[in-house]
Amino acid sequence: MAGTKKSGNNNQLLMTLLKGRTFIVLIILFIFFSITANNFLTAGALLSIAKHVALYGILAVGMTYVIITGGIDLSVGSVAGLAGMIAGGFIEQGLTLKMFGVTVYFSVPLLVLITVLLGGLMGMLNGLIITKFNVAPFIATLGTMYIWRGLANIRSNGATFSQLAGHEGLGNTGFNFFGSNLGGTSIPVGVVIMAIIAIFAGIVLKKTPFGWHVLSIGGNEKASKLSGIKVDRVKIWVYAFSGFCAAVVGIIATSQLVAAHPATGESWEMNAIASSVLGGTSMAGGVGNIGGTIVGAFVIGVINDGMTMCGVTEFWQQIIRGLVIIVAVIIDQFQRNLQAKMALQARNENK
Amino acid sequence: MAEKYKCREDVFLHAEKISKIYPGTKALDEVSFDLLKGKVNVLIGENGAGKSTLMKMIAGIEQPSEGTMYIGEEEVYFKNTTEARKHGIGIIHQELSLFPNLNVYQNIFMGSEKTKGALLDNKQHIEAAKKVLERLEHPIDPNTQVGELRVGQQQMIEIARNLVADDLKVLIMDEPTSSLSQQEVNVLFKIMRELTSQGISIVYISHRLEEIMQIGDHVTILRDGKYVADADVKDIDVPWIVHQMTGDAKAYPKRDREVDWNKVENVLEVKDLCLPKAGGGYLVDHVNFELKKGEVLGIYGLMGAGRSEIFECIMGLHPEHTGEIYLEGEKLDISTISKQIDKGFALIPEDRQAQGLVQTLDIEKNCSLSAMKTYKKGPLLDSKLEGEKVDQQIKDIHIKVADKKLPILSLSGGNQQKVVIGKGILTEPKILLMDEPSRGIDIGAKTEVFEIINKYAEEGLSIIVISSELQEIVAIADRVIVLSNGIKTGEFYGDEIQEDTLVLASYKGHHTEKES
Repeated sequence: MAGTKKSGNNNQLLMTLLKGRTFIVLIILFIFFSITANNFLTAGALLSIAKHVALYGILAVGMTYVIITGGIDLSVGSVAGLAGMIAGGFIEQGLTLKMFGVTVYFSVPLLVLITVLLGGLMGMLNGLIITKFNVAPFIATLGTMYIWRGLANIRSNGATFSQLAGHEGLGNTGFNFFGSNLGGTSIPVGVVIMAIIAIFAGIVLKKTPFGWHVLSIGGNEKASKLSGIKVDRVKIWVYAFSGFCAAVVGIIATSQLVAAHPATGESWEMNAIASSVLGGTSMAGGVGNIGGTIVGAFVIGVINDGMTMCGVTEFWQQIIRGLVIIVAVIIDQFQRNLQAKMALQARNENK
Repeated sequence: MAEKYKCREDVFLHAEKISKIYPGTKALDEVSFDLLKGKVNVLIGENGAGKSTLMKMIAGIEQPSEGTMYIGEEEVYFKNTTEARKHGIGIIHQELSLFPNLNVYQNIFMGSEKTKGALLDNKQHIEAAKKVLERLEHPIDPNTQVGELRVGQQQMIEIARNLVADDLKVLIMDEPTSSLSQQEVNVLFKIMRELTSQGISIVYISHRLEEIMQIGDHVTILRDGKYVADADVKDIDVPWIVHQMTGDAKAYPKRDREVDWNKVENVLEVKDLCLPKAGGGYLVDHVNFELKKGEVLGIYGLMGAGRSEIFECIMGLHPEHTGEIYLEGEKLDISTISKQIDKGFALIPEDRQAQGLVQTLDIEKNCSLSAMKTYKKGPLLDSKLEGEKVDQQIKDIHIKVADKKLPILSLSGGNQQKVVIGKGILTEPKILLMDEPSRGIDIGAKTEVFEIINKYAEEGLSIIVISSELQEIVAIADRVIVLSNGIKTGEFYGDEIQEDTLVLASYKGHHTEKES
């Protein structure tokens, strides 16, 4: 009996280590790059990492919700790109209403609001296609991924909007705010926005009935439906949230680059998925948390920027990123098996 | 074990002191077992008693941690199912393990394909498949896709798969009848008799005690991974089995409620309920019934008689249904399941794992899932209120829980079922619809589920229970309606509820179909 008790405790310890694994990896990476890249551990370098992380961190928050419901959203990179083009276009060219023969220029807060709402609508469309027409999420969002990217190119005929400073006279200056640092400090605004979105999303996921409905749909959609959860409605809102996050990223990225380019955000969905998975979100659905996702986004960011600082070429970076993701999922499977074993053990002890 | 062991003349396989240790638990504890030649060997025990584990060892699916097995004078050890197969041991799994995307003969010969040169000899497959299916009295076209067959027919394919092996000596059947209709069970029993008369030994695992008395030759009883008793069926009766299984004699509590139902108001009235079947006919065929306050109404019928479909219509899962449903005299406009729950209906679904539980959530969340949206403090979930409600429910229906934050799968089947029931009751329903509430749980837990039903019925909750188990429905229902082929073929009150009358009525619907 003593033997099994001890192995139980060992399992507990192993479990704690496994659950904190992404964080442990992050710390190890920090130590590793501090030693190998001599300018890694400077405030400037760290803030630049954070600035990059903010972009796919926000995408990954929305993605985590989607993956928890058992879906996937491949369109987020394109939505980010299109959102950047919408916002950039509003500043540089305004909105021309042909029937009145006028061009309207929105103030920056208003055009940002319109852009993120449009992003939400684009996400909502994904949700509608998936729930009402029963299209697999992979296919539905693959389709919209191409559509939004095409629209982003059409908006400017493939050109870049680079006059984003706005005009005092039109009252649309100040768009550079989203790419700058928070007044007086050296904290990038993008990081602050990521923190706000992550905290909001984390609270909603674990502290509201809606969040638990999201978790339960991913765990067992049929049982959730029979329990009276409005599965379709929840899913539509989840995709809308993902679209909203993507549009926010589009605005931050455009502001950081001081240019809206239609190719912005290409393949970013992969970074978002990788961050979620590294953070412990299960591709099978039902399991995941926002804190893990943010740590996962930092792991990806640190690997990217750290390797660049070490002089590792982009080609080798791709290989290493791929390996990290696969190893992460293998460890995840191992943890799940251990968890199942422990549950079985508890079940037998209760008998 | 130095001395040579020799099996008794009438024993095909002897298992000696088999133990199976899973991490942290002993699933089997020094169990010895004789598999009698040409007999129906029955294995009984509550869930988790180790029946399936023992059979998995014999079929080579798992390997014993300790102990040895003998066939004749030879000590045998099965690394995998192929090695067990070589000794003529076949198994039919509790869960079907067929390929729904392939056709009948492909399924039957999967893994033991006949070839002509390098190519498959499908002609031989088809002929052999036809022959074996005729022998099983299920002449199914071998080219049919298995996914299109009814569950009972699929079960037959699974059996056919074992029969085509010419050297079959032992057939292990793990709860083969749990999804069969009475007719199909009869055919199965006939086949089992045929097989035993050919000298094939059968191991039969079932929860249905009446079946065991009917078909079994020799009974071995396990409890908590240990051997308890064994006896010839002719020497024993059901109470003896129940006594050995549970350790103390437990029978279904008798129902004695003195209520004049004529004076009680109707809570639910269903008028002319119809659910069309794809391809013509009806799944539910003009069914009328009513439910009184605090009444337990049983619905009995064979598989596919339209029982679950009635629940599904009431819960709003079939918008194509026709007919009128009145709740407390008010006509219902049924649209979605969540609205039906708000109106006071709760459903305990038939398939606990697929429809009842969210395996990734803990016990507490599984219990509060349906009612959660009402536990709010501002926009947030009021976890204190939620915790109190769940605790109360756990206490009320005696769910054995060490910690409600543990994963739901850490509970035994019976306690999992109670969590599903608790989830329904937490929505404070007026009408509770229970679809096979005691399926796949052991006798002890069954009795407790019946106690829950009685308790809430006496408190005024109206309950409809679907059950395929006669004894169960006789024990718990105040009134029983019988469905057959979608038609209501009988309605019985109080003392009229007898096992034979119910069975008779459950076949009537098929006759009318033939005549018309």
